[in-house]
Amino acid sequence: MSIDWTAFTPWSALAGGAIIGLAATLFALFNGRVTGISGIVGGLLRPSLPDAPWRAAFLAGLIVAPIVYRLVAGAPNLTIDANYPTLVVAGLLVGIGTRYGSGCTSGHGVCGLSRLSPRSLVATLAFMSAGFATVFATRHILA
Amino acid sequence: MYAFFAFVAGLVFGIGLLVSGMINPAKVLGFLDLAGRWDPSLALVMVGAIAIGVVGFVIAGRRATTVLGTPMLLPTARTIDRRLIVGGAVFGIGWGLAGFCPGPAVAALGAGHLKALVFVAAMVAGMLAFEWIEGLRARSTSTDRLEPGAGGTSE
Repeated sequence: MSIDWTAFTPWSALAGGAIIGLAATLFALFNGRVTGISGIVGGLLRPSLPDAPWRAAFLAGLIVAPIVYRLVAGAPNLTIDANYPTLVVAGLLVGIGTRYGSGCTSGHGVCGLSRLSPRSLVATLAFMSAGFATVFATRHILA
Repeated sequence: MYAFFAFVAGLVFGIGLLVSGMINPAKVLGFLDLAGRWDPSLALVMVGAIAIGVVGFVIAGRRATTVLGTPMLLPTARTIDRRLIVGGAVFGIGWGLAGFCPGPAVAALGAGHLKALVFVAAMVAGMLAFEWIEGLRARSTSTDRLEPGAGGTSE
């Protein structure tokens, strides 16, 4: 392992992380829920839900964020190297996996670990390990 | 009011993803590539988020209702089962293939990237497939209990 010091952005990572933690705190205190994006999206796909408005509102806030950010700080770095077939396969796996495992990086990773949930720790170890293994396979074995 | 605060939380969350760089799949993959030139930034994002989140959830956990007077609906599931681990692993494979997890992918829609739209459409299709499979399973085993997590709150 060698650290890529040119790519490593410790201060913006910590600051951005703290803002994410603040968002999770606000959502817990005002809405009484964990900030789990896969759960918020997935809940919209179930019919006849009275909580569709807050789910849609949360996602609207998330989508508006890059527009607000651009006004203040310019266009964000956003490089998507995966080709379209890979994006489709990856999206399907992320959709099925997060619903089957009841959470993603935000729900299990950020909120679950903040709540000291053993269940979320196990889930986070599972998706982190699979993520590391997948990138190892695609970049160092198959490539 | 409830939906308005959800909007604010989503907006702040998205700003956090942008400031931290986590909206960028190339940067996320730089973290997941332990054997290459490793970018540890994502680990510090987690440290920053959890440092604040721990405090927030301790305060929220002591309250019976939210600031708005609505019920606290934090998850109560404690079961560690095959679903949790297999689901997490399947998610992790998809995450490693594209560098996108659900939050950054949805936020990237607002940055106007067609590739993000394709990913999110596939993700929603995957979630619908999950609902469909769960529906079939619930019907075939209607006398059994639903498995934990199937209808409960998710993280």
